[in-house]
Amino acid sequence: MLLHDYLRGAAARVPEKAGVIVGGQAYNFRTIDEESDRLACEFQRLGVVRGDRVAAMLENSVELVIVLWGALKAGAVFIPISPGVKADKLGFLLTDSGAAAFVAHVSLRRRVDEALEQVSYPGATIWVGEDATGPRLSDILAQPHRAPADPGLIDQDLCLIIYTSGSTGSPKGVMLTHRNIYNNVWSISTYLKNQPDDVILCVLPLSFDYGLFQVLTGARVGFTVVIERSFAYPYDVLKRIGEHRVTGLPGVPTIFAKLLEFAPFEGLDLSSLRYFSNTAAPLPAAHILALRKLIPQATIFSMFGLTECTRVSYLDPSRLEAKITSVGRAMPNSETYIVDERGLRCGPREIGELVVRGTSVMRGYWRRPEETAKALREGDIPGEKVLFTGDLFWKDEDGDLYFVGRRDDVFKCRGEKVSPREVEACLFELDSVAEVAVVGVPHPTDGMAIKAHVVPREGHNISEDQLRKQCMRRLEPLLVPRFFELSTALPKTDSGKIIKTALRQKG
Amino acid sequence: MDDASFREPIRAFIVDNFLLGSAAELEDNTELMEAGILDSTGVIELVAFLEATFGVSIGDEEIVSKNLNSVNYIASFIVQKSS
Repeated sequence: MLLHDYLRGAAARVPEKAGVIVGGQAYNFRTIDEESDRLACEFQRLGVVRGDRVAAMLENSVELVIVLWGALKAGAVFIPISPGVKADKLGFLLTDSGAAAFVAHVSLRRRVDEALEQVSYPGATIWVGEDATGPRLSDILAQPHRAPADPGLIDQDLCLIIYTSGSTGSPKGVMLTHRNIYNNVWSISTYLKNQPDDVILCVLPLSFDYGLFQVLTGARVGFTVVIERSFAYPYDVLKRIGEHRVTGLPGVPTIFAKLLEFAPFEGLDLSSLRYFSNTAAPLPAAHILALRKLIPQATIFSMFGLTECTRVSYLDPSRLEAKITSVGRAMPNSETYIVDERGLRCGPREIGELVVRGTSVMRGYWRRPEETAKALREGDIPGEKVLFTGDLFWKDEDGDLYFVGRRDDVFKCRGEKVSPREVEACLFELDSVAEVAVVGVPHPTDGMAIKAHVVPREGHNISEDQLRKQCMRRLEPLLVPRFFELSTALPKTDSGKIIKTALRQKG
Repeated sequence: MDDASFREPIRAFIVDNFLLGSAAELEDNTELMEAGILDSTGVIELVAFLEATFGVSIGDEEIVSKNLNSVNYIASFIVQKSS
């Protein structure tokens, strides 16, 4: 089975039903199916064949949904790129993936041109937005409807490459097959008990797998996804819950913290909510209790996931109060266990590395055989690969999982992975910087906030403002440190290695 | 004060903090979110700036697109708050 069979199924079963609502406008499943057929035909006309990569750099929008399905129908592998990505990284992503086609919003033109000047990108570029010069998506979608040629895919073919921050600093492309994602969509929508009458409010970026999965599960189940660009104007977004009778709100702790600031929710109607789901970072117990008290009819799913297998586990809401800090057990059709440094299984309450086994597990990192070999290792059955997550966990006597931390120094800020090396590399570009160490420090809304400790080069003056501007110029907004601290020296071991634990403790 | 005199400090703040000093991308009616100038953290910084500079207090339910999403919107919102 192929991932886009879900969309075709919804378009056949409930063609007139709204698949997505964006900015007050509804797009039914038939429209999404036909528009993505038109785009798939255009990709094929441009020479895209089975296995080619197609990237899109778009804000949350119906266009992004159409490009996703259009790429898959053409036989291509879809690569979502966050619109916050700066020119250098965009150039890297297009080259690393070897993209054959790229779709971007015209408001990003300057950044895209800058990226394309730096790299040799032989592919086609399609623009979203009316004032674009060059091939426009709107012109392609105005063509008469035609079904694309069958690219001959099987479920072992790749459907997505999602770039994620690694400990080395340069992003790695997680390769996922149709079989992976078809399974994960089924598994997640099964334990969430999604129904066709669900209405899901998606404020998460669709360039992030958690956001993208709302659209994918919507197509499987045939429910409506209300897509918002962001959660920057929370009151505007929360009003949509009453307007569209929203039943599900997937979020990360930052979003729920903001929601709770609006309590007691005057002028807001939250009575339709059936569930909240949280992943990316643990929801503080105080927030879980507050949500239960203030919105009692909504159940809370505490979950854990990573791009390499989409989702690992969820806690059955009936056990939430007894296990408030747990992320539960493996999702349907996958298995988890914890191993010590010798690879032996840990007993209850012993901390070790989490291993995931199942159809959910990725094919590896795109063109990174060494990093793939570290993450995917032989399991108990010869030939089977299991995923070593790099996440430290323990299990209680009932088998419920508890997150402890990472093996490397990667941490999560506002629900997204941060590679300290990527931020450090950006600050080292300044001549006036002698040493940098970036760490995560606990923060009430970010989860972990980014803090950069900087030692100026002797004889140089440097201000926090200069450091911040350098980061804003070079990094996507999420990666710009919230805090900078200038010091004359960093704590080091005898061998000269910076002691990051000391900096983390310092806060 | 009319809203034109509010616009200048607002523009300067946005240009300096979100556009790294380059004013070319910013018109008074540019939609800040759509143009990628503001994100959720940026909105919080903008609100803090408006409160500190114009001595107004902005409630959570006022942090909405129609009050903040362009220089013009912000200026009329501040005029209305200050009157």
